[in-house]
Amino acid sequence: MNLPVIIKFVIDLVAVLLLALGIKGLSKVKSARDANRLAALAMSLSVVGLLFYYLGTSGIAIQSWIWIIIGSILGSLFGAILAKKVPMTSMPETVALFNGCGGMSSLLVALGVAIFPISGGQENFDFFKSLINEVSISVSIFVGAITFTGSIVAMAKLQGWLSTPGWTQSKVRHFVNIVFAVASLIAFFDLINGNTSSIWLLVIVSSFLGIGVTLPIGGADMPVVISLLNSYSGIAAAAAGFVVDSQLLIVAGAMVGAAGLILTQVMCKGMNRSLVSVLFGGSLSAQSTTSSGSGEYTNITSCSVEECALTLEAANKVIIVPGYGLAVAQAQHTLREVTKKLEQNGIEVVYAIHPVAGRMPGHMNVLLAEADVPYEQLKEMDVVNPDFPATDVVLVLGANDVVNPQAKNDSSSPLYGMPVLDVQEARTVFVIKRGMSAGYSGIKNDLFDLPNTSMVFGDAKKVLNDLIGELKDLGVGEK
Amino acid sequence: MSFISLLWVLLLGSLLGLELIGKVPPTLHTPLMSGANAISGITMLAALTLIVKAEGNVPLLIIGSVSLGFALFNVVGGFFVTDRMLAMFSRKPSNKK
Repeated sequence: MNLPVIIKFVIDLVAVLLLALGIKGLSKVKSARDANRLAALAMSLSVVGLLFYYLGTSGIAIQSWIWIIIGSILGSLFGAILAKKVPMTSMPETVALFNGCGGMSSLLVALGVAIFPISGGQENFDFFKSLINEVSISVSIFVGAITFTGSIVAMAKLQGWLSTPGWTQSKVRHFVNIVFAVASLIAFFDLINGNTSSIWLLVIVSSFLGIGVTLPIGGADMPVVISLLNSYSGIAAAAAGFVVDSQLLIVAGAMVGAAGLILTQVMCKGMNRSLVSVLFGGSLSAQSTTSSGSGEYTNITSCSVEECALTLEAANKVIIVPGYGLAVAQAQHTLREVTKKLEQNGIEVVYAIHPVAGRMPGHMNVLLAEADVPYEQLKEMDVVNPDFPATDVVLVLGANDVVNPQAKNDSSSPLYGMPVLDVQEARTVFVIKRGMSAGYSGIKNDLFDLPNTSMVFGDAKKVLNDLIGELKDLGVGEK
Repeated sequence: MSFISLLWVLLLGSLLGLELIGKVPPTLHTPLMSGANAISGITMLAALTLIVKAEGNVPLLIIGSVSLGFALFNVVGGFFVTDRMLAMFSRKPSNKK
């Protein structure tokens, strides 16, 4: 072992350690930001280590430097610009896009090695070694392609560029996906048999498989899918590690793959969905319209913004339940203005955050933090649920399924068992909503029929703006 | 590295990943996903290797460079966006008394 090899070895070890500490730290609120930086540091360190190693051993040609610099500058520049510009509400699709590009990178590496075998990459070439090489190339291409197309479809669906086509909700989709899966298996074995041209077949069918698997999945389940695809991109990276013989890649890829899997599981639990039903069940609304819960509303009370303002003014304790609709309407700043007024009047305001509020688990916390809501006012479901009976007014903003009492009372409901916020225990509940349409589950919300619930119809942002006006007229929040 | 030891590395890495995330507060799901996602851009090392070992093979250089670009887009964008999200949590509650 000469010096560059030893140095690279040490740097790689340190990088792995830092990455592990980074992932660990990211799961705690206090350490999260530093942990993220630590991980970033580890990544830059690993690049320095690799470059140093090649400079010390084989050297790096000028031509290589040029292409390295072109690729790095363009990639980093676009990445940094997008990361700075993108609004916080579009976080889910941004993560999907980044993730897809990671998958694409693994795919390209494997493709490059497959078409132009690296010289000097395989000393003591033998059959076993080449078999491993071909298997890892195939896995890298397969997983990389699925990650890429799956993520792009997920992004397009979240952006509203793609809707869920009708045929994907029928059984046909299973047939189509099985065909793609079998075709990729055939391409895989053909490739191992030494037929290099079937690599293109593998690229194409696994790309289609990624599309076919993601397309049928409904909007609310998308975060789970993105998390799963994130896990895949880790696996793709680990496979690429086998292709280029890099332990660091394998460790880091495996870590992300495994951690992503756990996170996916955690998310599923929060939404009361099993991973299998997310992946193969199609979108939830499609199945449940035929089953229970499609009953009519019988006892809807609708009220004006003015009444809502009057009730708020008289309250001592208000709990806000923000949901997906608030995120879509981008009304978090307006909401903050309303709550500021209430606070100035001495009213206690708390935000009840359901584990899957917003467009992604934890997304609502980010949005409210962006609107300057103090962190201590965000209460998690288990903490806030006992408080509802002592609460005067609950404002439900664009949330639906997460406040449906059916989940507790009606064992025949598809929602049964899902953890929900017990808003009906409060004295008065205002639900701000565009219309009577159902939530993601497509299930009637019993909350709306309760005598202490009033509906305020309208776009969340507009209603909140009107509410600010009414509160002003009432003299709330003025010194 | 022999194949077997690489398999060990894979196994231990996976176990480490499973162990690292036990309890995550829902608040952090989005940033954690985004941060882990940035780390999966580690394939940039593979892309770099490809470019260095291309030895003047222009198509391979281009593939490597594009791959490196995609990976860095993932890494740089991922870390920045995660930092942006997390910065919001650590912001001082300015409106409290």
